[in-house]
Amino acid sequence: MDITRLIIVAVGGQGNLLASKVLGEAALLAGIPFRMSEIHGMAQRGGVVESAIVFGDADSTIISDGQAQILLGFEPLETMRAMNKCNADTTVITNLAPLPPFTVAIGKGTYPDVEQLQKLIAKKVKRLIAFDGLALAKKAGSPMALNIVLLGALIQSAAVPITADQVKTAIKTKTKPAFVDINLKAFDLGFEAAKNAG
Amino acid sequence: MHKLLVDNPGEKLLLLGNEAIARGAVEAGVAFATTYPGTPSSEISLNLFQMSHQSDLYFEYSTNEKVALEVAAGAANSGLRTMCMMKHVGLNVAADPLMTLAYVGVKGGMVILTADDPAMFSSQNEQDNRYYSKLSGLPMLEPSSVAEAKEMLIYAFELSEKLGEPVLFRTTTRINHSSAFVPLGPITPPVTKGDFTKDPFHYVTVPAVSRQLHVKLLENLSKAADISEASPFNTIKGTGKLGIICNGVSFNYVSDAAKELGIEDKLKILRIGMSNPLPAKMITDFLSGCEKVLVVEEGEPFLEEAVKALAQEAGLTVKIAGKGEDLLSRLYEFNPTIVCKAMANYFGFPYNPPTPVELSDLPEAPMRPPNLCAGCSHRATYYAVKKAAEGMDTIYPTDIGCYTLGFLPPLQMADFLICMGSSVSTSCGFSRATGKKVISFIGDSTFFHSGMTGLVNAIFNNHNFTLVILDNGTTAMTGHQPHPGVDMADLNLEGYGRVSIEEVVKAIGVKKVTVINPYKVAKSIAAIKETLEYKGVSVIISRQMCTLYAKSLKKIKVRAFEITSKCKNHRICIDTLACPAFYLEGEQVKIDADVCVGCAVCAQICPENAIRPVKKTG
Repeated sequence: MDITRLIIVAVGGQGNLLASKVLGEAALLAGIPFRMSEIHGMAQRGGVVESAIVFGDADSTIISDGQAQILLGFEPLETMRAMNKCNADTTVITNLAPLPPFTVAIGKGTYPDVEQLQKLIAKKVKRLIAFDGLALAKKAGSPMALNIVLLGALIQSAAVPITADQVKTAIKTKTKPAFVDINLKAFDLGFEAAKNAG
Repeated sequence: MHKLLVDNPGEKLLLLGNEAIARGAVEAGVAFATTYPGTPSSEISLNLFQMSHQSDLYFEYSTNEKVALEVAAGAANSGLRTMCMMKHVGLNVAADPLMTLAYVGVKGGMVILTADDPAMFSSQNEQDNRYYSKLSGLPMLEPSSVAEAKEMLIYAFELSEKLGEPVLFRTTTRINHSSAFVPLGPITPPVTKGDFTKDPFHYVTVPAVSRQLHVKLLENLSKAADISEASPFNTIKGTGKLGIICNGVSFNYVSDAAKELGIEDKLKILRIGMSNPLPAKMITDFLSGCEKVLVVEEGEPFLEEAVKALAQEAGLTVKIAGKGEDLLSRLYEFNPTIVCKAMANYFGFPYNPPTPVELSDLPEAPMRPPNLCAGCSHRATYYAVKKAAEGMDTIYPTDIGCYTLGFLPPLQMADFLICMGSSVSTSCGFSRATGKKVISFIGDSTFFHSGMTGLVNAIFNNHNFTLVILDNGTTAMTGHQPHPGVDMADLNLEGYGRVSIEEVVKAIGVKKVTVINPYKVAKSIAAIKETLEYKGVSVIISRQMCTLYAKSLKKIKVRAFEITSKCKNHRICIDTLACPAFYLEGEQVKIDADVCVGCAVCAQICPENAIRPVKKTG
């Protein structure tokens, strides 16, 4: 089976590990080979959290520079920081709501202009799907559902070999019961947003 | 029921490597497990800790790795299947018992897991612990995948019992923190009661006994070498003339590279899963069938040097390479491209590496280093110490834990760090050698781990410094594991003792002991100032529970603060504390009410008194 390489980047606390886990459970349901590696030692300390996910017949669990077919960014600055993983054929999906690091607040660096950033990224890769995922998560019922909004967009882009139904089943069985309805709504909102974006 | 206790053989679960290892321990019938937590090993013990409340497994968080290994050695020599796990540098702490436990051996199967961290994602060095297997004369196993880790761990217990020796099980971060589908096997019920048969001429390592035991160890090593020759974990794939010898996760990169380069039929790959003792005959036979051999291993040239030595003994002139320019590095971790490039270079195949997009026109990305959490008591302590020590020429040795993050601006309260416990003992050296005021920082868990002995030394040798013990009531960095100072009733657990840091410090002989609540800023500064004046060893215990931990225990009621219209934009709050709850809206400092936990430290340092609790509405 063809190999699909997906990088997910987020800021600690944005829920990317749960999103990766939901994808993995969906892959398990679908019988699709799935391997993932995470760097999460500092996840709760506001650092960058990265998951590398490899679908298909590969043995590696990590992804080299320029090797990702899809980059899923939970935060625009982190999407930009992970652009080294992309090549000209990569699909980039990103939330546009910024979460400025404290270094910006104390005057060590400037947060990039998000409009400008979109233009720059769009020129470099095959497809850019960019939208305010946080607004949709809030619309679904909780800002914490941002991760599932972005999963919706990822599945809509058809860049990974997993279907919407498989992800929804994983959401129903593997996310907290109290959040299932919010998560399903978040998934649909993200899915729709990706249709209209980029 | 804990998901790893479900006895449903054949079911496939998506598991983290560390969960797979914990499951392997359960399937192997482990009865006794000990650890000191350390990334990337921590989730193994966390899962065993959780499972121990629902099964017959005995589990303990020991005070340090040396203690953990000694506790485990007692259990294993009473016949229990025992596991002891730690991060790579933890094995340095446990190296003393390790070396002689190898002489004594074990009765019940014992696995010592070392979780190495190539690239140092969360470690102070990237030492290659394969050398501990050579140094101790113990067998070592190394898995290449998450699923294999579980299978290999079960085998490790069998091997240990066959040889009567502990088995070293080495993982790397990309095994510990990778996830994959793992088929479950049957659970073996543990034998939880053992017995010890006295045999001092075997167990008491006085020189006359050890001389015999060393002979036995070498005999066992020789038996292990025969086992290694036939081990199902030393495998050969392919029939080509171009040889690759590899271990661990490098095997995955080699396999993927072979496909990528389209040279699978030209390669022959020897994957070493049992890396001590090496299968000498298997390697020699492998070499004699190859035209050229590349050794692919992260870290040190452990296999490479051994393979070259074997070739020399066998009089083989086949070209063997591994580490070197245009080949592979001793630094950091590998990835698929690094390995593919090295293989293409060495064997002479064309390779077009993936082309990353051009990055030069992207704006500079502001850094996002990990930071002390909003409301973290360490930030408050650092602020108070900095204020109290204003105008003094100080050196700040630090230690290992969340508080190490205080080395970043604007706090910059860390000057020297080498290992667990080093804050205390290096302070002795710094103060004696420089005559400057030395103020060192150590966490509560680290103090129990290896700070206490340094403090005894400081009293005995009459040193002069102030030690600040950051007592946040948990082992925070690795995920809130308990330590001897923790009130286990908070976790609804019974049957534990509790050790008071204050009493320990006083009993050691520290005459000047001050306890502060770092959230009370002015009081803390005054108390610290007074303590810093003391000549000799003084200790400040800064006590305030980790906010993340307190939140998880529902021990704090969060009441967020806000910046009111009195603010004159001095920015003292944001510039000196850099709490992640602050952000700038245009030029105005604001507090994110979702992040603020209401520690009120910033409110106490604002000269305009402009930071107030958010008014309750409705």
